[in-house]
Amino acid sequence: MITKKIKVLTFILSCFPAFAFAADIKEFSLKNGLKLIVQEDHRSPVVVSQVWYRAGSLDEVNGKTGVAHLLEHMMFKGTKKVPAGQFSRLIAAAGGKENAFTGNDYTCYFQQLEKSHLPLSFKLESDRMANLNITDEEFSKEIKVVMEERRWRTEDKPQSKVNEQFQATTYRAHPYARPVVGFMNDLENMTAADAREWYNNWYAPNNATIVVVGDVKAQDVYKLAAQYFGGIKPHALPERKPQVEPAQIGERRAVVKAPGKLPYLMMGFHAPTLLGLESTNATKTPEQEWEPYALEVLGGVLSGNDSARLNQKLVRETSIAVDVGAGFDATARGREALFELSGTPSEGKTVAELEAALITQIELIKTGGVTQQELDRVKAAVIATDVYQRDSMFYQGMQIGQLVTMGYDWHMLKTYPDKLKAITSEQVQAVAKKYLVKDNMTIATLDPQPIDPNAKPVGKPHVH
Amino acid sequence: MKKLQFIIVLVASLFVLNANAAVKINHWQTSAGSDVYFVENHDLPIIDMAVNFPAGSARDTVATSGVAGVTRYMMTLGAAGMSEEVITNKFADIGAISSGELDVDRAAFKLRTLTSESTKALETFNAILHKPDFPDSVLTREKVRIIAGINEAATMPESISSKAFMKALYGAHPYSLDESGEVDTITAMKRDDLIAFYNQYYSAKSAVIALIGDMTEAQARTIAETTSSGLPQGAAVTKIVEVTLPSAANNQSISHPATQAHILLGYPGIKRGDADYFPLYVGNYILGGGGFVSRLTEEVREKRGLVYSVYSYFMPMAELGPFQIGLQTKKDQAGEALKVVNETVAKYIQGGPTEKELKAAKDNIIGGFPMRIDSNGKILDYLSVIGFYKLPMTYLDDFNKSVAKVTTKQIKEAFQRRIKPENFVSVTVGAQ
Repeated sequence: MITKKIKVLTFILSCFPAFAFAADIKEFSLKNGLKLIVQEDHRSPVVVSQVWYRAGSLDEVNGKTGVAHLLEHMMFKGTKKVPAGQFSRLIAAAGGKENAFTGNDYTCYFQQLEKSHLPLSFKLESDRMANLNITDEEFSKEIKVVMEERRWRTEDKPQSKVNEQFQATTYRAHPYARPVVGFMNDLENMTAADAREWYNNWYAPNNATIVVVGDVKAQDVYKLAAQYFGGIKPHALPERKPQVEPAQIGERRAVVKAPGKLPYLMMGFHAPTLLGLESTNATKTPEQEWEPYALEVLGGVLSGNDSARLNQKLVRETSIAVDVGAGFDATARGREALFELSGTPSEGKTVAELEAALITQIELIKTGGVTQQELDRVKAAVIATDVYQRDSMFYQGMQIGQLVTMGYDWHMLKTYPDKLKAITSEQVQAVAKKYLVKDNMTIATLDPQPIDPNAKPVGKPHVH
Repeated sequence: MKKLQFIIVLVASLFVLNANAAVKINHWQTSAGSDVYFVENHDLPIIDMAVNFPAGSARDTVATSGVAGVTRYMMTLGAAGMSEEVITNKFADIGAISSGELDVDRAAFKLRTLTSESTKALETFNAILHKPDFPDSVLTREKVRIIAGINEAATMPESISSKAFMKALYGAHPYSLDESGEVDTITAMKRDDLIAFYNQYYSAKSAVIALIGDMTEAQARTIAETTSSGLPQGAAVTKIVEVTLPSAANNQSISHPATQAHILLGYPGIKRGDADYFPLYVGNYILGGGGFVSRLTEEVREKRGLVYSVYSYFMPMAELGPFQIGLQTKKDQAGEALKVVNETVAKYIQGGPTEKELKAAKDNIIGGFPMRIDSNGKILDYLSVIGFYKLPMTYLDDFNKSVAKVTTKQIKEAFQRRIKPENFVSVTVGAQ
């Protein structure tokens, strides 16, 4: 089971993060509040089925970090009708692939199957939506698996540790401060009761969206969904507090020491997300309509390809860095976004020199704007990406599921390319001047330590 | 989750076409002698192309380690008088994506472009293949970056274990060489080394061209002809030497301060087109390839909670590619986890799978066939593998039948004949 930190992963080798296409998408709602979105794609006799829950680390509370992800693991551990392990065996027997992933904003379960097996997916997913059986015995084994996952993902990966510190330093009040996989201490103290509480709180048809992409007929899928999911009773969900991050009023820094050879730097600036379904004409300002798009274009100009400004100037021309990137993801359910830059200084160069070089590039945008050629390249990438991504049904489903779960209207898939294409040099300059300023900046760096083979891992001993 | 990348590697490694599948492959040879594999598909206005050369890291020697990888990479950083900046911008101006891959056997160049921009995209792509400049100044800079990467990798448990494993498994065979090279070989590398490597291994006669997408066969023939005719006209490349099997166990332990021990174990496995391919592929699905339903996952993760990931796979190559088992676990339980893995493997090799397990494996592999070819990107990779390894065209149509024919007896016999746990190579990084 994957923990996807989409917000972090998307910018490293930033290909343009466009979503677009929006071919033939149909939306349905069941009486119990379950949403169903179907995109017909008849290129191959296959189907992708994804169940998205609006429950991620964003909804966790202190002391119970990681419970959303732990529950994702427990969802494979059985119901009364389908004992532990059987879910995977039944999907495998149908030739299917399956997995799940948890992020800040959601938990998603998916299967990829030959198209005639969609009913099996619905049968099994509807069963575990309502009837999960979390036993103490299965919990006690799986929490150990999740701790191994944290060790593998975070403890032994210096850049992951930097990222964890970076998030925690950037956000002081907002839950995006906390790691999706959870803190080790919280995992050590987690109980089966915590998992049950999470499941009972958030796993309900009125908190879920099913996305189906493939060689299917939308009306048939709707009937199938009504048959399998229609009988599940909705229930009231816990209140979600806004938890707005207070404005940052001065730069922040964090340093991580870990075994390694090369330093590493992450730099972030708070910036606005796209407006969701909660916004109205009365509440929104004109800037909110275009600023997030301008920030995405800025990401493309700085880091959209190997000749974009950061790689061309910092890696190729001046050799300050061996690796550098930037990017912006304009969508988030928590309505908090970061414009992020990162890089690894070349041998003999310091993180301070890299930081200065990154800031010089930002200042150049503020004073000189961007060229028409640079804007045209971003547009060319948007147009091409719009077509290329139709080659993957899974990716198309991901886009729809993410948007809906984050509280956006999926119709924005249709307008997105044109909104990006409409951005001007002046608008890119304006968002750089407004958001990419020092008082709004957080920097986290890795201070690599020589490897002492005899050293014990840092931190208190792990106790069962 | 299980290591999905390994599952994907295997899927890509065995190309399959079902007799009913609506994928029709055309195959011909260009006048300069390149093999071409083409699938026409007008669903999307895109063209995908891959050009493959027998120019992987097995062509390096201990003294020249890294030349294959640097040659492939440097070809994209200056060609026909165009700088790296000009090349990248020419692709970016039209939204085309140029990428590449390197493994022990193969160097590949890939292009994805909108049909409407394909003429421009191919012009730049062909310049890279035909007229690489290998600019000295770029090489000097890239050598520094590559060395930084090698030094960084030398601190990371996953890279350390993988490198030590290949070295222990293959000894003097070139499959033991690190694709990235070594600090001293990269330092010593000269522009002339890259030019010589290019001239020797990038000949038209050795090239395999895969094409899929929005073009007619006539257009595909023109594209392939143009690409092929501009390549060096040298001789076809010779075969890679055979792998020698280990004659005794080799267990290595490497210190590291990480919280987890990273463990790899295995043995030289199978070749492309190997007579034991299907019994071992299906058999490995049951042992450690079938994600959540394999014996290794069941014993090590599901029953005991010792790992997040444990897997086994065969990576068939031109010569015997690795059969590899991998896991990571908290240091103080590494011994326990390894014991369970060894017992599970020994029991499986001794007793083979049950009929029930075999049926489940076949159901998944055969039933999952449509997902192997549900995108142009996936089919392109399969065309490259078929072409590069000269797999028979009938093999594709017969794939599901070949899987269906496998018996528990064949699996047991093939594992006993080919996989010798008593001579396994094992590497533990971060042992307590």
